[in-house]
Order: sequence, then structure tokens, then C-alpha cells
Amino acid sequence: MATYEIEIILNRQLADCLSIPVFITDTLGNLIFYNEPAEVILGTQFGETGEMPVGLWATIFKPLDEEGNALPPEGLPLVQTLNDQLPHHKIFWIESLKGKMEKISVTSYPIIGRMGKFLGAVAIFWESKDI
Amino acid sequence: MIVSIKGVRGSIPTSNPETSYYGGHTACVTVVEDNWMLILDGGSGLQKVTMPAKPTNRIDILLTHLHFDHIQGLGFFGPLFDPTKDVHIWAPKSATQSLSSRLNKFLSPPLFPVLMRDLPCKLTLHDISNSSFEIGPFSIESRFVIHPGPTVAYRIKGKNAVFAYIPDHEQALGPSGMIQDKKWISGFDIADQADLLLHDAQYTELEYRDKIGWGHSSMEDAIKLATIADVKRLLFFHHDPSRTDEQIEVLYSILQKSNSDAVDFDFAREGMEFDLG
Repeated sequence: MATYEIEIILNRQLADCLSIPVFITDTLGNLIFYNEPAEVILGTQFGETGEMPVGLWATIFKPLDEEGNALPPEGLPLVQTLNDQLPHHKIFWIESLKGKMEKISVTSYPIIGRMGKFLGAVAIFWESKDI
Repeated sequence: MIVSIKGVRGSIPTSNPETSYYGGHTACVTVVEDNWMLILDGGSGLQKVTMPAKPTNRIDILLTHLHFDHIQGLGFFGPLFDPTKDVHIWAPKSATQSLSSRLNKFLSPPLFPVLMRDLPCKLTLHDISNSSFEIGPFSIESRFVIHPGPTVAYRIKGKNAVFAYIPDHEQALGPSGMIQDKKWISGFDIADQADLLLHDAQYTELEYRDKIGWGHSSMEDAIKLATIADVKRLLFFHHDPSRTDEQIEVLYSILQKSNSDAVDFDFAREGMEFDLG
């Protein structure tokens, strides 16, 4: 069993310190860690689910535009980061577990390791403010 | 595979009677098999290195990183000044500078009187990262580990044994300490089921609370890693320079009592030799 690169491990340790939701994926988009604030959004606990394949965790979110239309996956920051290894940011709506529409900002960035290798991606969910 | 301890201290050499039993030299260890010798780190213990009985002209020095306590012996290592010697130095590069550029900062005036390019030996530098390579009878893997600046650990496989060398390492860095999952532990791949693990244990658990982020490990965390990795034997390394022999003996006794079911462990001492088969 291969150990994760230390850049990934340190990103997890940082996420564990933050009060904002953070999701960490491998290069394929599989969810390899999410912190406690992210557990509230997902409605699951990392300790219970462990890692989640991209096909599973991507279906939990229902990203919508201003008019309530579903956003295609390729328009989401994390998917863009996984595709082009660049940071992205977008404001959109998601339907919460209680069925309520919530406006959020998502920032995603690639984890480019010390040797210039793309190792995974991080998505941070911010409470959106109308700016 | 014979592992010999030449220097055990972290940070700075010590020289006083109170530290003479365990030794005051900074990091240096040799590994010998079939008259091939690897030198791990070039701290002040490097001056105690003697060549194998039937030495080849080739000398390999594997540096974990370029902090001063791991390179301060280099400039005074005789083979560097011997034109018949073929010296290979292996060490991690940074994201922006080659190993040559980084080593030149030390091996050049005003820090050192001789320029690296003027050393008489035939010198070859090897930039490594998460690498696998072979030297004589040894298969070697290097992996980045958690420590300030580019730092690797080495897993050295000989004919019949595996030696893991992680002299500077803070695997517990984070809000909840070391994550109890093998995939998420820095250094696990290096230590996994090694016959001997030599690991950073500069602090006690209590001392570590005031040194978080300094790049080093507590003795207790070293035991945790060795236990999870199922190593056969653990040697504490990188002793705090202020730690006296008497204090080490007391700590050993306390740790033995509280870890009686744990992996076989001891404090590294200069002059120790291990025949791993």
C-alpha cells in the first residue's frame, strides 16, 4: 500500500485545523478526505465513509445556477481544476440536505508537489456573500 | 549488512563528559555489505568513518537534507581531497535549485575556503526526490518526509535485510498528531517492516508540545510509527544536544516501563554496530 505524498498529508492536516469545509481529491477526483465542516454539507462522516469514489460523492451535490437549472459537472471549479490543473472559483447554489437552496462560493486549487507533479486537488466551500 | 553509528546528535555537536557515552557528533551512519559502503549524512560524525577492509575507489554519501548538522563534516572528509576517489553525493533538490547550487552555498567562501568545483576527487552529484536507485548490492528508495525544506528518508535493502533511515522527521505535525492510517503517515513506506529503523526522537512527549512545527519527533511518536510499521527494532536518533547520558538512561527506563509491549527500542549510541545479516 502506497502512502500519500506528504503534500497531500499536509493538506489534510491543514484542513483538519480549519472551520471552513474542505474537500481533498486525488488526481482522478476520488474524495480522499473531507473535514468536519464538510461533513455537515455531505451529511456523512469521513470516519464512517472513508474515501469515496468520484462517481459516488459527486452525486451528493446538486449544483444549480441562479435560475435553478442544474449546472453541468464541467462547469464546477473542482472538475475544472482536475482537468486543467489550475485554480478556479465560482459562486453557485446547492440544494442542502434539508432541501433549502444555499448560495456558496467554491475555490479549488491543484496540489502541485515539490517536484512539479500534480498530486490532487482541494475544494474550499465559502459561505457566499453578495459581492 | 552492517550498520554502524558514527554520530547521533541533532542540531549541533556537543563535547563534554556528560554526553560522551552516547556521543556528541551530529548525524552520520554507515552501511556496509560486500565491501560496498554507503555513508548516510555528513554531520560531524563523518570524521569517524573508516573505509571497508577492501575499499573500492567509489564512495557514496546519501544526504537526507542540507541542514547544517547533516553536512558540516563534508568539507573535512578526506576522500573529497583524494584525486583517486570517485565520490557520489545523493540528496534532494528543491523546487527551484539544483543540488549543486544548494551545496555550493556551503562549500564556498566565506563559509568554506575551498570551492566545490576545486575539490580534487571526481565528484558526481545526484538530484533525487521520490526515487529508486541501486548502488552496488543495495536497492535504495528515497521518499520525501515531513521536515522543513526538502528532506528525504532512505530505505536500504541489502541481500538479506532492510534498514530504514529517518533521522529528521515530524510525522505528528497536525492538530491530532499522527493519523492512525498507514496511507496517511509520512515515512510509513520507508519504515514498513524494516529490520532496523533509525528514527528522529529528539523530544519527550512533553517537550514536543512546545516544539510543534520544528521538524522533529517525540520518542513516543517514534515508537508509534515503528509499531504501526511493524519494524523489528527501533533506534532513537537525533538526540537533543542538551540531553545528558544520565537523562537518556532515565528516559530509557521510563519508556521501557510504559511501552513494555511495544517494539524493541533503544537510544542510538556512537560506536554501535548492527549486523542485520
